[in-house]
Parts: sequence; C-alpha cells; structure tokens
Amino acid sequence: MTLSKIWVHAESTDGTVKPTTLEMLTKARELGGTVEAFHAGPDGEQIAGTLGAHGATKVLCAGDLGGGAVGVNLANALAAAIGSQGAPDLVMFATSYDGRDAAARLSVKLDKPVLTNGTDVAEEDGSVVVIEPIFGGTQLVKTRFTAGTPQIVLLRPKSFVAEESGGGPAEVQTIEVPDGGAAAAARVVDRHVEETSGPKLDEAAIVVSGGRGLGEAAKYDMIEQLAKLLKGAPGASRAIVDAGWVPYSYQVGQTGKVVKPTVYIAAGISGATQHMVGMKGSKNIVAINKDPEAPILSIADLGIVGDVHKVLPKLIEALQSR
Amino acid sequence: MNVVVCVKQIPDPADPGALNPDHTLKRDGKLILDESDSYGVEMALQLVDAAGGGEVTLVSMAPNAETAGLRTALAMGAAKAILVSDEALKGSDALGTAKVLAKAISRVDAPDLVMTATESSDGYTGTVPEQIAGLLDLPSVTFAKHIEVSDGTLKVQRQTELGYDEVTCPLPALVSVTAGVVEPRYPSFKGIMAAKSKPVDQVTVADLGLDAGEVGWGGAAQEIVSVEPAPERKAGEIIEDDGEAHHKIVEFLDGLKVL
Repeated sequence: MTLSKIWVHAESTDGTVKPTTLEMLTKARELGGTVEAFHAGPDGEQIAGTLGAHGATKVLCAGDLGGGAVGVNLANALAAAIGSQGAPDLVMFATSYDGRDAAARLSVKLDKPVLTNGTDVAEEDGSVVVIEPIFGGTQLVKTRFTAGTPQIVLLRPKSFVAEESGGGPAEVQTIEVPDGGAAAAARVVDRHVEETSGPKLDEAAIVVSGGRGLGEAAKYDMIEQLAKLLKGAPGASRAIVDAGWVPYSYQVGQTGKVVKPTVYIAAGISGATQHMVGMKGSKNIVAINKDPEAPILSIADLGIVGDVHKVLPKLIEALQSR
Repeated sequence: MNVVVCVKQIPDPADPGALNPDHTLKRDGKLILDESDSYGVEMALQLVDAAGGGEVTLVSMAPNAETAGLRTALAMGAAKAILVSDEALKGSDALGTAKVLAKAISRVDAPDLVMTATESSDGYTGTVPEQIAGLLDLPSVTFAKHIEVSDGTLKVQRQTELGYDEVTCPLPALVSVTAGVVEPRYPSFKGIMAAKSKPVDQVTVADLGLDAGEVGWGGAAQEIVSVEPAPERKAGEIIEDDGEAHHKIVEFLDGLKVL
C-alpha cells in the first residue's frame, strides 16, 4: 500500500524554493499517490512552477501573513483545510525555524505526535515509519505512528537528493488563515539579512570548521583564511558559538546546520555527538586534533594528530604558494 | 514581572548515552541541568531584575524526584520550582511532555512570560516550546537571540537562516532562547547555600488533573520499532604531525581534485 496523499511544507525566499522543500517533494513522490505542497508567504504563485517540476500537483497557499508568525498561522490554516477537505496521510516539514514551529503547533491542534529529526521516512505495513539517528549518528531508531492520520514528520535537511519529475506547474489553491486571536499576536516588524561572502555553509563543496582547540577567538582567522583559499565556507562547533567567537549561523551540528560537502576539514574539534550529527555525511573528512583519542579522528579519512596552531599556518602557506 | 522557565534535568552529555531495554534513554544516574536551559534561567533573572520586581519559577519533569539540576538553577537565583515526577510519565513523547509542562505552568500565579530553550540536549525534538504555547494558547517567539521587555511588550531578535527578524509580541507569551542570548552566571557560594532551602513543589500526574493514559507510553501515539547500529564509516589514515603533515593534507585534497 502506498500513501494516497502527502502534504509537503514549501519554504521559499523571494520566489526561490529552499533545497529542503525539493528534497522532501522528491521523497514524497516515491511514497505517495498525490503530492501537494503548502506554503505561507507572498510568493506562492511564483514558486508553483518549481514545486510542480518536483512533483507537487497543487500548492495550498496561506498567502502573505503580514508579519504574523508562520508557525501558529500556518498550523491554523492547515487544521482548517483538513477540516474542510480531509486529512492527508502524511505531512512533511523540514527541520527549519518555521518548519519546527508549524509542525509543533499543528500537532497540538490535531492532538497528534510529531516524529522529529528524521533522516528517512518509509511506509511499512500501512503506517509511516521514521528513521532518526541518535548518539551522534551511531544508532538509528525506527519509530512508527500509532494514532492514525495525518502523521506529522520533521525531516533533516539533505536527507534526500532532489530530482525533477517533469511535472507542469502546481495548481495554486488559496487556503484561509483563521483568526488566531491572542496566540497569533507576534509580529515581525523588520528583517535583517547578515552579509556573507563566499558559498553558503550548507551548500559549499568544502567546509572548514574550527573548535575549542583553536584556543582563542582571534585564531578563528586561520579557519576563515583557509576556507577562502579553498573556495569553501567556514563553520564552527557549538562550543565556540556558545563562547561567542562566531555567530550562530556558523554552527555545524545537531542544533546548527547539516553539511555534506565533498571535503570537511575539522580543526581543533574533538567531535562531540552534537557536532558529528551535522557533518558525518561529508564525503571526505580531514581532522586535525592534538588528542589522539578525539572521537573526530575515528571518522576521519585523514586524521592528523597535531597542534592546529602549527599545522594550519603551514597548510595555509603551502596553499598560497601553489 | 513573573517568569516561568522550563528546565530539563538530563544525563551528563559528557558521558556516553545508553538506552534501557524498552528503548527509553537511561536516566537513572545523576542528572544535571541541561546547559541549554541555563541561558533561559539567566535571561529570566535579568528580565525580572530589569522590571524591578517579580520572580522566576522553574518547571521541570524528571524521574525519581530528581532535583540536582533544579538546585543549580535555584542557586543561580530562581525563587522556587515545580517538579513533576511520576512513574506514569515513563515513555512520554514530546506532546505528552508539553501537556505535563503546560499543566504545571498553569499552577503558577499569572506568569507574564514562559521561557524555554530551543531544544533539549538529550531528546532534541525542538517541538516542546511551541506545543506548550499551543496548549496554553499563548503567542510565541522562537529562537530568540536577544530579548527586551518594555511596556508589556516583548522585543525579540529571532534567529533566521539569513540573519534575524525583529519581532514584537504582547505579554503573556512564550519565548524559546538560543544559546548565547546571555552569558549564564555561575552560582555563587551564597546562592548554592540559599538554594538548599528554596521550595520545590513536587507534584504527580494526578495532581495536575491529567489522566495517566494521556502521558507516558500510553499517551505517546508512536512506538519504537527497532534500534540498530548505523553503518560505520571506514577507518581512515591517522598520522602524527612531524612538522610535515600539511603536505599530506595538500596531497589528499589534490587526490580529490578539489584544489
């Protein structure tokens, strides 16, 4: 039995659909008969083509929320749509800021659980099962829903490879956003975009990350310099983000970004569970750590037991002279 | 201003985690305050201080009437705690946990603000904050990296993928805070001594007016099918730096044709 209908949360910025949405649409096509997207934002019409090309036959548009929070408003709109047109078998959200909010609010509206941090989802014996990595990705937990439909999942970015289906544009259907009352009183009054140069952390082919082993914030310069030389993106462990050396947007790991670059270079990172979850899927891992027992060395393709303060300057010099 | 902070007491993340035969996380050793929650406790203390009055109440759910982590937060300056501890809670999922915490929060007299971390360090579903807000019908702002309160309105910088949003929200409300929103204080000796005599109101599921079937294994509308080891990465080459290891890295990158 396949699932007859799946809804996928479509997220976009200025008419560009986020890669996670396209990954989920591709997976949904494999699992379900009908795949429909749902979306909040002013650019629903604009993205209907891309969504259709990845398998969505329809996009349910909640429209511009006028600064209202996506989580509560989108969940209210979905609950109302389910009330009028019936529930899909499965609702897919990405582990993103708005995705988590909306999935959690919807779970309360419908009194249904959310299975979180999924890296795979499948249909087994008529119900949906989700695979979630735990303990730094060393073990995989498979969980099944037992509460009927809709089954709500939160899936981690980069869990699937996006592929086009060759479908035409998705049909745009407006869905009503019910008045959320006091619970929907939060308002976005301004948006700040932080300027970054170079490739994005979660899209770069090479990622160079630094951790506590760098010793002090100023030494993070070496990470940025190396990343620039390799045309990659600089990343960080949670330890140095919490310490305030670099912004949260640099964080790779369970609470930060999931990266799967061609090469991941970890410098002065011991490899806490929380970090490994976010980078274990990298194709090649180079780790530099002075502690031969550091967990990161156990998953490195090339592990250097050494002092980052000695190895990095020489590596930078060697690359500059090429 | 009265603030409720949800805090979790978790196994020390420095120790390797382990599962019980029923696939729940082993929590029978000493539990500590989840570091992620220390930011919310500190932020709450600072907001109460800035408001010139009020207090911080902790709300927690833990097995075996565990209070070690609560004492840490009380030592930081929280006034009191409500601890829900009950055998019936074993196996609770995120929604079940949110139902318990929401009921416990409702026991606090007129809180202006409910504060949480964005996710716990052991379970990390990241859904509990919004589920609590949903159950209490509160507005919410998640992933706060900066918080101010003026004239009964929250002004929050909310983390986004591209930077941050400035969000305003009337009180009462729920806010989840990221690490780094403030620098948590270390409890002083005086604080640690004072914490020993601060009230911890221990309640059961029945005290909260919840049916035992709504929480724990029975309430979790999901079941674990299996837990299996993930495929391991092939072990690579480990070398000791003799002053020339950088050549090895260049060679490795060359081999991958990424230079």
